[in-house]
Amino acid sequence: MINNTVKAAGLIAVLAVLLILVAALNPGLSERISQGLALVTSPRLDTGFTLTDPTGKTVTDRDYRGRYMLVFFGYTFCPDVCPTTLTVLAGALDHLDAATAAKIVPVFVSLDPERDSPAVMGQYVAAFSPAIVGLTGSADAIAQVKKSYRVYSAKVEGSAPDLYTIDHSALLYLIGPDGRFRATIDPGHSAAGLAAELSRAVQ
Amino acid sequence: MKRFLGAVGAVILGMAALPALAGEIEIGNATLRPPVVAGGNGAAFFTITNHGPADRLIAAAATAARSVELHTHIRDGDVLRMRKVDAIAVPAQGQAELKPGGDHVMLFGLDPAATGPGAHVPLTLTFERAGDIQIEVPVAALPAAASGHHGAHGDQ
Repeated sequence: MINNTVKAAGLIAVLAVLLILVAALNPGLSERISQGLALVTSPRLDTGFTLTDPTGKTVTDRDYRGRYMLVFFGYTFCPDVCPTTLTVLAGALDHLDAATAAKIVPVFVSLDPERDSPAVMGQYVAAFSPAIVGLTGSADAIAQVKKSYRVYSAKVEGSAPDLYTIDHSALLYLIGPDGRFRATIDPGHSAAGLAAELSRAVQ
Repeated sequence: MKRFLGAVGAVILGMAALPALAGEIEIGNATLRPPVVAGGNGAAFFTITNHGPADRLIAAAATAARSVELHTHIRDGDVLRMRKVDAIAVPAQGQAELKPGGDHVMLFGLDPAATGPGAHVPLTLTFERAGDIQIEVPVAALPAAASGHHGAHGDQ
């Protein structure tokens, strides 16, 4: 019994040393291991949602299974961060080869259900790329998806009641074809940079 | 006479394309990102070059917008907070750059008739020292229109 425990401990020690050696000899691998660890330690997000597409149809995350979802939150009255990110995203899709781009569904979710009707969302995303899906929903539906994705947003009053702006999280969420959360991506990239990151992530 | 008027017209058009100059302050690379949805918000970006002592941009006004404010972005972890500021400093013999993700002139409720493709939006910038400067900001094309996208993605 003791003998077996010692043997098992020895084997684990030998494996650990081997892993360290392999990682040390192969910097790319050690980077991938640390990335893997980063993903494992990332918060487990509930990636589910039930929202409304621009035609007024109810859609859920399940409708996009089999493709990667790249989810971004914002609002159509957003003058800078959202258009900048969606422009980078549209440019990144153009940089990718057609087969890789076809594996990704970019989804822009409104944090401003008060002003962003399904039709407005459709008009908005179309100005950036026909590939982007614009989703909105009731205040409750948006509150639910915010909670699931741990998205922060808060209204900031403007000079008139309808001129408010919204502070919000500005990360891209990559969801796998199986519906599981994969990674967050900082959108502060160039189109080419984001394309390179996406083509690595969706292989 | 006609030819003379044509020449005057060409000179005026030529001037419109030049950076706006008001003594020591020069405005270049001006562009306006229009709202996608009619009546929405837009943002103007430009570079202020100061050939004189330190100055501050303290206000902006445009008849095409319901309200105009000077804004900056504050990054707080993953959250970007856009905030109104009282002034944007322009160092002596230096530059201030208003660009996406940083400082900008926020134009609330832009008149769709004033921001069509190829339009120029008149904007008055007020500097503490240099006073008012009028500029005409060309409206940028939105990405889908600029890249000539029509079909599904991946068709390039």
